[in-house]
Amino acid sequence: MDTTDKSAGTDRRGALKCMLWAGTGALWAVVGGVPRSTLLVGSAQAATTSGNALTFMQISDSHIGFKNPPNADTPGTLHEAIDKVNALKGNASLLIHTGDVSHLSRADQFDTAEQIINGAGLDTHYVPGEHDVLEDNGKNFFARFTKGAARGWYSFDQQGVHFIGLNNVQNLKAGGLGYLGADQLEWLEQELKGRSPSQPIVVFAHVPLWTVYQEWGWGTDDGAQALSYLKRFGSVTVLNGHIHQVMQKVEGNVAFHTALSTAFPQPAPGTAPSPGPMKDVPPGKLHSLLGVRTVRQVNGNSELATVDTTLV
Amino acid sequence: MLRTRLAALCAGALLTATVAVGAALGVAAPQVTIDNFTFGPKEITVSPGTTVTWLNRDDIPHTVTDAAETKTFASAPLDTDDSYSHLFATPGTYHYFCALHPHMQGTIVVR
Repeated sequence: MDTTDKSAGTDRRGALKCMLWAGTGALWAVVGGVPRSTLLVGSAQAATTSGNALTFMQISDSHIGFKNPPNADTPGTLHEAIDKVNALKGNASLLIHTGDVSHLSRADQFDTAEQIINGAGLDTHYVPGEHDVLEDNGKNFFARFTKGAARGWYSFDQQGVHFIGLNNVQNLKAGGLGYLGADQLEWLEQELKGRSPSQPIVVFAHVPLWTVYQEWGWGTDDGAQALSYLKRFGSVTVLNGHIHQVMQKVEGNVAFHTALSTAFPQPAPGTAPSPGPMKDVPPGKLHSLLGVRTVRQVNGNSELATVDTTLV
Repeated sequence: MLRTRLAALCAGALLTATVAVGAALGVAAPQVTIDNFTFGPKEITVSPGTTVTWLNRDDIPHTVTDAAETKTFASAPLDTDDSYSHLFATPGTYHYFCALHPHMQGTIVVR
């Protein structure tokens, strides 16, 4: 997995490191099995990909129902994110939401989120966050957001890429992290059996599948077993949410990326007494965090230029 | 007059004693405060028949869930300022955790 692709102009890792906003998504283009991110552009000029390259978008942790500092209006910031999606989607095929759609699993919160997100006009694929399965073992979330997948895990193909949605937020054990469980792991193993190792795989789940920070529960207890089934594939991209900040890791052919929230930022590991929302973000700062980094293709080549655009 | 003064003194002493032992035996309605992804106090000891109340002061919802295989108590999600109470009738050691953030753990000792 090439993480310092200079032909892309900007070091992708560096560009992503500079992403300090909430309220936006990341535009991914899979070219030749290698995902490259194009950060959402403030103007209508989105980076374009040619041929049969797949383009898709990710948002996460909308937490509709959360009303505490630093964000009293999570529907508003979600709306802003979707406005950006609309402005920039270009030939994006789909949208992924990596969970915590709602804050308290309430029907009205699901309603609001779904309504706003449908405004993107994109095929949207969801996986649950722990905030989405608080009632009735998540039944309402699955019925609404993972139709046909009653336990929240499923897969589909899009333009040659195999997408796998996982549920690692239920049956959590005391003192543990995220959890996939034997049934899901067995399903995953069968899913991948016999697939050509050259087929690009995108796995998306709420809690990071690798251990970002044990003390705060930022990891998946049995994630290693899932990753062992993915080892033989040439291109695996793991997309997660939950931690409300971007962190990345590359291990062999597997690239892990966590996403920003559209609701509020959380502290970097160990920089605060707890992983809760960063409360003391001045309103102006939040808006600037909700701003958009523009990454543009210039002069029709694969060079990407970055520009910061805030909402204020 | 003297009896009133004596009664007041006794009440005062009892109050002091109660406050001093804090969340230990003798407190009628012990409370665990949830804040900053922590149960505080992390462990308390109560006598059988005591009702323990948890109050969520955090800005994120949490639950109070029995860590045992067969759960004898499990709260609904508690938003900020929500509370949950459970009467511990049977002696024993009850480990519990937050089902949303399982690294949050606490213990109620009933004896």
